[in-house]
Amino acid sequence: MINKTVKDAHEAVADIPTGAFLMMGGFGLSGIPENCISALLQRDIKDLTIVSNNAGVDDFGIGLLLKKRMVKKMISSYVGENAEFERQLLQGELEVELIPQGTLAERVRAGGAGIPAFFTPAGVGTEVAEGKEIREFDGKQYLMETGLKADFSIIKAWKGDTAGNLIFKGTARNFNPIMAAAGKICIAEVEELVEIGELDPNQIHTPGIYVQRIFEGRNYEKRIEQRTVSN
Amino acid sequence: MLSKNQIAQRIAKEVKNGQYINLGIGIPTLVANYIPDSLEVVLQSENGLLGIGPFPKEEDVDPDLINAGKQTITMLKGSVLFNSAESFAMIRGGHVHLTILGAMEVSENGDIANWKIPGKMVKGMGGAMDLVASAENIIVAMQHCSKSGESKLLTECTLPITGVRCVKKIVSDLAVLEVSPSGGFILKERAPGVSVEEIKEKTSGKLIIEGEVPEMVFD
Repeated sequence: MINKTVKDAHEAVADIPTGAFLMMGGFGLSGIPENCISALLQRDIKDLTIVSNNAGVDDFGIGLLLKKRMVKKMISSYVGENAEFERQLLQGELEVELIPQGTLAERVRAGGAGIPAFFTPAGVGTEVAEGKEIREFDGKQYLMETGLKADFSIIKAWKGDTAGNLIFKGTARNFNPIMAAAGKICIAEVEELVEIGELDPNQIHTPGIYVQRIFEGRNYEKRIEQRTVSN
Repeated sequence: MLSKNQIAQRIAKEVKNGQYINLGIGIPTLVANYIPDSLEVVLQSENGLLGIGPFPKEEDVDPDLINAGKQTITMLKGSVLFNSAESFAMIRGGHVHLTILGAMEVSENGDIANWKIPGKMVKGMGGAMDLVASAENIIVAMQHCSKSGESKLLTECTLPITGVRCVKKIVSDLAVLEVSPSGGFILKERAPGVSVEEIKEKTSGKLIIEGEVPEMVFD
């Protein structure tokens, strides 16, 4: 087996250059690569393009990268919980491409799977369709969307082995598995890194072939956006 | 006029046994509280879960288990987790039977606007465009009028739309209405104490009234 282990988040993100095209896993703050975001904050780089379903909150997640003005463009589906994001967007300081969530997921999946484009009904008749090819299949209209690939995809899993095989937990899975395949270099941070042979092959969600670097993260905060409890 | 909870309660009566259902953020999330235990249904959360359970007790809160509104949740027995591409394959593939979501505006031909107010509010469409483009049945939960009293049931949407000709039914604080395939809001039920006249006055799009309009009945 090929050992993909790197020492820590700093080593994992050390060669990400200014202007890089990144993907980051997570839905809201669930399943985001906390360690890599912290390590990126200490790098002197900017003009990043980031594909991520959300943009964190003002003081956590990708919101921290936005605050430090490291991001040139976000490609997301929902940014509702980030006031700084909304401010930079409305002021024209940040480029933003808003994409329907399913289209975003499928563009990432397609990119990683070698599919250059596909047709989806989402967004037909809306401003999302502007400038895109429309085709009719069985009497219904669809628009063409293209696959997305990244220079680096940065993801977070629950458990992983040194060969890069990954298992996710709960809804922290979200975009992480599909982004693994769509990055030329996929960096995976995991809560628990184990030796090969310790994960049951029947239970692995993401095959290690997609992962180039893996390390065990530290001090996960796992902040909750909407703590909701029943009485 | 109906409260938000009453809107949710009325929508719950539309739920049928055996359905897979996606509930949007806000009032639609409340619908889950009113689905009778006698019905076997499965709630889908587009961030990757089939089988949403009740909100957790304080000691059971798990940051790795949230719904699409980022609220902490639990899973019912028989739940299944999956990635975002799989989740929307279910949605676009027509496997989710019923979608309930909120709206800022609905037009008389069933267009819906709920994702953007140009220059003011940019939150994004999230999964709404995928849901409305694919679901076989879409019910909208909404306030009939804006805070300033303007009707939100219009001839044409004024805000950027989320989907075309997709809304089948609307439950507002004033009425239950169906969208006619040939255009127009068919008034089906009135909220308790609300007159047909008032609904007429507060509906800016074409309103179709067929005979006596009954008052909603709550169990």
